[in-house]
Amino acid sequence: MFEKYYKPVSLEEALSRLDDSRGRARIIAGGTDLVLQLQNREIVLDAVVDITAIEQLRYIREEGGMIKIGALTTHSDMAGSPLLKRSASLLSEAAGNVGSLQIRNVGTVGGNVINAQPAADTAVALMALDAMARVVSTAGERQVPLGELYRPEGGTALDPGREIVTEFSFYPPANGGGSGAFNRLARRKAVALPVFNTAVVIWTDQDQSYLTDARIIMGPVARIPFRAREAEKVLTGNPPGEHYFRLAAAQAAGEAKPRDSYLRGSAAYRKKLAQVMVLRALTKAWDGLEKRG
Amino acid sequence: MDKIKKRLSFILNHKPVTVEVEPDTLLLDLLRETLGLTGTKRGCGEGECGACTVIINNEAVNACLYPAWKVENCRVLTVEGLGTEENPHPLQEAFLEAGAVQCGFCTPGMLMSSYALLQKTANPAESEVKEAISGNLCRCTGYVKIIEAIRKAAQKMNDPSISKRKEV
Repeated sequence: MFEKYYKPVSLEEALSRLDDSRGRARIIAGGTDLVLQLQNREIVLDAVVDITAIEQLRYIREEGGMIKIGALTTHSDMAGSPLLKRSASLLSEAAGNVGSLQIRNVGTVGGNVINAQPAADTAVALMALDAMARVVSTAGERQVPLGELYRPEGGTALDPGREIVTEFSFYPPANGGGSGAFNRLARRKAVALPVFNTAVVIWTDQDQSYLTDARIIMGPVARIPFRAREAEKVLTGNPPGEHYFRLAAAQAAGEAKPRDSYLRGSAAYRKKLAQVMVLRALTKAWDGLEKRG
Repeated sequence: MDKIKKRLSFILNHKPVTVEVEPDTLLLDLLRETLGLTGTKRGCGEGECGACTVIINNEAVNACLYPAWKVENCRVLTVEGLGTEENPHPLQEAFLEAGAVQCGFCTPGMLMSSYALLQKTANPAESEVKEAISGNLCRCTGYVKIIEAIRKAAQKMNDPSISKRKEV
């Protein structure tokens, strides 16, 4: 599969290993996706750079009002995190749905996002949270909004032979009067790719009389996790509750462009599904807000 | 370019081992082919079936997707390290007693996933047992007997007088 296995103990060393390999190396963390891609010869490499020894990239913490998650944080870490359960339960729930326990124990949030699958559960949730990714290379570092990590035609917009994502950060919705929810349908409860998933966040004014903003992300209905901007606009400025949630869900289904799939169901079925699933997610997010009062 | 082997040292089934391993060897192949520990099974080879489940530093992982070089300085436990025929682990006793084994191919993985669970949760609820083995497929018996066995093993482990096992 490859000839060299590097295991740097610092980010600097990892970046220079990438540079030295001139695009013929990739970062490996959990490897649960990459090992399969290498075995199937979807990717051919000279070397892999295992960054799991850089332990300072594995954390979930609150800092300056933001939640920060190191790229090496595993799905199990996120699913079990009291901080996430309290402040961003849509993300811990999304993480708890990925693969199996064995996969979640090993697979990382950085890998789930950078592998750029259109229905990557944590990416869908992070996008609804307006997360930023910290991207570093030997040229320096930058903060990239999650949605800009993807090329519109699919795949990552980063240079995987040169750049490393080290952190995701976001403001917990509750801090700004918001609430989120995650919703997923798969053929079985475990070890199953989603037929459809969605993450939503809604914000209201102080009296909870109208919605000030919304995020509706869906997968896999496009080549990348898809943000239903028109559906969000249906909500903004209007009162929360079933009437506008139904309108927004119908709009979101209209924007979705799923493909016919033997594994995931027909496009027509999944457009109907989108409507039901987005409505349920919005309702759940609103329940969370109402309870908070 | 030649693949340069690495001398890999780790703790395997409570004993230190050192082996020469190529950079792209997967843990499952290292265990089965190099070390002759064939208790760990290759099922799907792509992380779907859990037949290759082993424990690394207390966490259940799929050995079929796990690069061997990752285990340097780690503690690895396979079904061979769980118990022996003369001195089976309470989980192994319970699987036999409950009839939780038919063809046996999924059993090592089931045992390792449930071992990881019982290390963390001494008295798991049925839902916790189901979650712990949700990454392990059985195509023979169904899961009822397996779940029963795991809960029975938990009882044995909480009350050592029930188990025949001698601590070694």
